[in-house]
Amino acid sequence: MATLENILGRAKKDIISANDLTSLDLTRIKYLGKKGELSALLKELGKLPPEERPSQGALINEQKKELVELLEVRKLEIRARVEEDKEKSEFIDITLPGIGPSTGALHPITQVLNRIENFFSAVGFSVVEGPEIEDDYHNFEALNIPKHHPARAMHDTFYFNKELLLRTHTSPVQVRVMEEQKPPIKIICPGRVYRVDQPDPSHLPMFHQVEGLVVDTNVTFADLKGMIIQFLRAFFEKEGLEIRFRPSYFPFTEPSAEVDVSCVNCDGKGCRVCSHTGWLEVMGSGMVHPRVLEYAGINSEEYTGLAFGMGPDRLAMLRYSISDLRYYLDNDLRFLDQFR
Amino acid sequence: MKFSERWVREWVNPRNDTESLVNQLTMAGLEVDSVQSVSGKLENVVFAEIISIDSHPNAENLKICLVSTGSEELQIVCGAPNAVPGIRVALACIGAVLPSGEKIKETTLRGTKSFGMLCSERELGLSEDHSGIAEFSIDIPVGVSIYEYLNLNDFIIDVDLTPNRGDCLSILGIAREVGFINGIDIKRPDFSSFKAEVDDEQKVELVCRDCPKYIGQVLKGIDRNASTPIWMKEKLRRAGMRSVDPVVDVTNYVMLELGQPLHAYDFDKLKGKISVRKSTELEKIRLLDGNEIAIEQGSVLITDEAGPIGLAGIMGGQRTSVSASTKSVFLESAFFLPISLSGKARAHGLSTDASHRFERGVDWEGQELALARAIQLLQEIAGGEVGPVTKELNKESLPKARTVKLRQAQIERVLGISVEKSKVETIFSRLGFVAKFQGSRSEKLWEALIPSHRFDINLEIDLIEEIGRSFGYDQLPSRTLSANLEISPSSGNHSLQKKIAGHLVSRGYNEAITYSFIDAQTSKLLNPEANIIDLANPLSSEMSTMRASIWPGLLKAVSYNLNRQRDRIRLFEIGLCFSIKNNGESLSLQNIKQEKKIAFVATGQKNPENWTSESDEIDFYDLKGDLESILLFAHVDRRIRFVRSSSSALHPGQSADILIGEKKCGTLGRLKARIQKELGLREKVFLCEIDLSCLGSGRVVQSKMLSKFPEIRRDLSFIVDEKIEVSEITSIVKRCSALLKDLIIFDVYQGEGIDLNRKSIGLGLTFQEASRTLTDVEVDTAVFNIVDNLRTKLGAELRE
Repeated sequence: MATLENILGRAKKDIISANDLTSLDLTRIKYLGKKGELSALLKELGKLPPEERPSQGALINEQKKELVELLEVRKLEIRARVEEDKEKSEFIDITLPGIGPSTGALHPITQVLNRIENFFSAVGFSVVEGPEIEDDYHNFEALNIPKHHPARAMHDTFYFNKELLLRTHTSPVQVRVMEEQKPPIKIICPGRVYRVDQPDPSHLPMFHQVEGLVVDTNVTFADLKGMIIQFLRAFFEKEGLEIRFRPSYFPFTEPSAEVDVSCVNCDGKGCRVCSHTGWLEVMGSGMVHPRVLEYAGINSEEYTGLAFGMGPDRLAMLRYSISDLRYYLDNDLRFLDQFR
Repeated sequence: MKFSERWVREWVNPRNDTESLVNQLTMAGLEVDSVQSVSGKLENVVFAEIISIDSHPNAENLKICLVSTGSEELQIVCGAPNAVPGIRVALACIGAVLPSGEKIKETTLRGTKSFGMLCSERELGLSEDHSGIAEFSIDIPVGVSIYEYLNLNDFIIDVDLTPNRGDCLSILGIAREVGFINGIDIKRPDFSSFKAEVDDEQKVELVCRDCPKYIGQVLKGIDRNASTPIWMKEKLRRAGMRSVDPVVDVTNYVMLELGQPLHAYDFDKLKGKISVRKSTELEKIRLLDGNEIAIEQGSVLITDEAGPIGLAGIMGGQRTSVSASTKSVFLESAFFLPISLSGKARAHGLSTDASHRFERGVDWEGQELALARAIQLLQEIAGGEVGPVTKELNKESLPKARTVKLRQAQIERVLGISVEKSKVETIFSRLGFVAKFQGSRSEKLWEALIPSHRFDINLEIDLIEEIGRSFGYDQLPSRTLSANLEISPSSGNHSLQKKIAGHLVSRGYNEAITYSFIDAQTSKLLNPEANIIDLANPLSSEMSTMRASIWPGLLKAVSYNLNRQRDRIRLFEIGLCFSIKNNGESLSLQNIKQEKKIAFVATGQKNPENWTSESDEIDFYDLKGDLESILLFAHVDRRIRFVRSSSSALHPGQSADILIGEKKCGTLGRLKARIQKELGLREKVFLCEIDLSCLGSGRVVQSKMLSKFPEIRRDLSFIVDEKIEVSEITSIVKRCSALLKDLIIFDVYQGEGIDLNRKSIGLGLTFQEASRTLTDVEVDTAVFNIVDNLRTKLGAELRE
C-alpha cells in the first residue's frame, strides 16, 4: 500500500503539473475523490491498532487540508493565466482613432472677447450690450461729435435715414448706461460695429469692439494708465511688455491717448506685422470728456471717468497669427477648426 | 501731411537727429506715419554749363555737347531736344550713381565717345519729367554738387494729424510743436507787407456771415515766362505737390508754409465786384479741374457780377482761373467758418488741400501774413506791381480772442499729478498762452489767453490735456484702479448665451460670424413675411438688407464649405436680427425690433467619417436632439411644445414651430427642396433658430425627494394609424395614471407584420409610488386603464 508520504509527493507534483482546470479537477478526484487515494487511506484507518488511529487520522486530515489549499491556489493560478491568455487574444489596434461626435470651436473673435471679458469681470466690471441700429444722438451727438464734425469723416457710416444708422463704435452703449445708471459705473461693452469699408485683408465693413468705462469720484489718468498696462500685460501674457501712451484725439475723451505695445511678433525689433516700427497700436483711451458726462446727466465737477476701446478682431489676429481679416467672415471650416 | 524735415529745421532746429525728432512728434500726438529719404543716391552729379553743341555725324537725333564744370570741359553725347548752349544742366560724371542705381561709365555712342550724361528731372529723382534734360537757373555756380545744393540729404516726414490739430497743417504749425516740445523759439522768415505801387484794386463784399474775413491784393503785370525756382519746386515736391506755374506754386507754397489756403484769380477776367454769398437754387460752376458741377444749395460761393467764380475754400472756377496769358492776378486770402465748410467738399465729391484745412480751421489772424508772404514771393519770381490791400470784415462772425480758465486743483483731479505753479506757467508761455494767475486761499487759477491758431482750446480740460502733453503721457504716473468691491447681479442672459455656445461646440458645432446685412433676395426667400430694414447706403446689393434671421448668413457659409469639399457641416451663430414692428409707421428706434437669436444649421452625416461602417445621414431628430439639449439649460423643457410649422422656407412635413407656453420662440426643420436648389446647395440641410430672450435666464432647479421603493417597468407596444402623432398618445397616457413616473418611446416600427397605413409604437412605462411598494394589481389596473383609453380614443390595439 502506498504510504502517506508517497501519495503526498505525487499529489503535489500532479497539482503543479496540472495546466488547466480539467486536469486539476482530475487530480483532485484522483487523491481526494470518494475513491481517491487519500480517501482510501482514511478507510484503511480501521485496520490500524486503535491507539494509532487518532494520530494517523489527524495526520491524514492535515495533509488533506494542505492538498485542498494547494488545489485552490493552483486553481486561481490557472484561472488567472486563462484570463490573461484570453485577453492576449483580444488585443486591438489602440492607434486607431476614437469614434463619436466631432467637437466644434468658438469663433476666434468670441474666444478673444471671452478672454477680455474674463479679465474685467474678475475685477468687478459688468458686461453690457446695446442695440446695433442706433440713433444719431447716441452714436455721435452725445459723444461730443456734432453734425459736420470732422471726426464724422473718420466714421464712414451706414445710414437707414437721417436719424438712424448702424453704430460705428460701441460707445453709444456707454452713453445709454450713463443715462440710466448713477455712478459708480464700471462696465465693458462688447459688440459688433459697422463702417463703410470694402472688405480687404485689413478692413471689414463689420467688425467688433470692446469698450470699457469707469465713472467715479476719484478716477484719474493714472488709473487709466495703470489699468491698461495691467490688462495688456495679462492679455498678451507678458510681464514686461512695453506699453506707450501717445496723445491722440477722440471727441468723447480728453485727454485722449492711443496705446501701443512693443510688437509681440518681433519683440519690438521691427517686422512686417508692425510695419517695421517695433510698435503695435492696440487701443484708444482717454478721460471721458466732461461734455459727454454732462450730456448723460452726470455732474462733471463731481465725477470723472476713464474710457478705453479695443478691436478684438485685431487682437485675435495678433494672438493667433491671422493674416487676413476676411477669414473671420468666410466661416471656412478649415479656418474655424483650428481654434478647437 | 507730408513735409520736408529741412524745411521745418529752417524754422526751428533742435539738436537732435531725424529719428529722435520723429519720435518726439509721435509722442506729442502728431503721429508720424512714415519717414522717407528725399532722394536716392546721387553721387558725382554736378551743375554744368553747355558751352557748345555739334550735330552727331552718325545720328540725326543725337547731339555732341561740350560741357563745362568750371574745372574741366567734357564731351557728352546727348539726345535731349532742349539741349542748347548756355543753359545750366545736371551732369552725371564718370563714376556717378543715380537714384535708380544706374552707374555712369564712359561710353561710345554711334562712334562718338561720351564722358558722362546730362540728366532729366526723372533721372535725378526730382520729378516724373523725362521730356528733356533738367534746366536750372544760370545763377547756380557750375561744378557744385546737386545733392549738396538741393539739400537732398533730407527726409519726407508724413504725419497723420488728428482732426483737432488743423493748426499743424503747415510748416509753421509743425515748427511751433517742435519748438514747444524742445523748449526753443522758432525763427520766422522775414517779410513785411508792401506799399501799393499801382491803384488797381478789387472790390469785395461779404454778404453772408460764413466768411468773417476776406483780404486780397492785385499784382499787376507779372512775367508769365518766369519759372518757379528749383528750391521752391523741391519743397513742394517733398510735400507731395507738383509744380504747375509760379502763381499756383506760390499759393501752394504759402499754404504749406503758413497753413492759409490762398486762391489766385486772373484779375482781368473778374467781372466787377466780388461777392461772397450762399448759393441759391440751381447754380452751376465749371471748376478749375474742368468739371461742371451743380452746386449744393447753401454752399458758400465766391462770385463776381457774372456768376460763381469759386466754391469758397474748396476750389476756384475755370472762368477766372490763371492761365498762360494771365498778366495780373488777384490773390485771395480769406477766413471761412469751419462749420460753414464742413462736409461741403464731400457733398460735391471733392477733397482739396484748401477744404481739408478750412474744415478743420485755420488761424483767423493769419490771412494778412499769408497774403504778404505770397505777394513777396510772387513778385520775387515774376515781378509785377502791387495794388492796395482789399480787406473786408464781418466782425460779428469773426472769432474773438478768448480766455480759458484753469483751476490748479483740476490738473491733479484729471491727471493724477500735482503740478507746481511755475511749471504750469512755463508750459503756458511755451505754448504762447498769456496766463494771469489768481490765487486765493480756496482756489488757485489762471485765466489763459489763447492765441488765434489754437482754435482747438476752448475748455479747462483742453488746457489740462496740454499740460499732460508737455510732460509726455509716458512720464505721467500710473496706479492701480481702486473701486468699491460691490457685487452686482450679473446679466444672466449673457452667461446663458455663453453656456449654450459652449454646449453646441461640444456637440460638434463651429461658431460662425456672418454679416448682419445680407442680400434682399435671400432674405425674401427665407423670411418672406419679415418686415425688413434696408440700408440707405449699402456697400453692394449683396449687403443691403438687415437680416431678420441668421439663416441666410449660415446657409451662405454652408454653401461656401460645400464648395470646398466639406460634406459634413455644423455651424451656429448668435447675434441680433432686425425687423420693423409696425410696417405702417415711420422708421424709428422704437419701431425697430433688435432681437438676439441663436441659430444652427447641419448637413451631412450624423457622425464624422470614421473607420466603422456607420454612415447615417442626419435627420430632423438629430437637430431636434441638439435643440432639446440646449433647452435643458434654460429649464423650459416642460413647457415646450412642438407644432407643425407653416414656414414657407421649410419642408412642410419635417418642420416645427417651437412654442413655450403659447409663445412661438423659434422654428426648426429641413430646408425646403425648392429653396435648397435655388441656393445651390447639393445636400439636404436642417436649420433651427430661437429667440434668446424667450429662454430667459433659466430658473433655479427645485429638487424632489427620491423614492426608496422599487420602480416597476412595463413595456407595451400599440398598433395605431400611421397618421397619429406620438404626442397624442403620450398626452393620453400621462393623464391615465398618477403612478406613472416616466414614459419613453423605445420603438417605432412600420413594415412586415403590421398592416399597411398602421404603425407600431413601443412605450416604456415606469411606475413608482413615493411612500410604498406598488402591488402588481395596482400596476395592472393602471396598464389596463392605459390600454383601454388608447383603444377608445385612438383606436390603438395592443400588440401581442
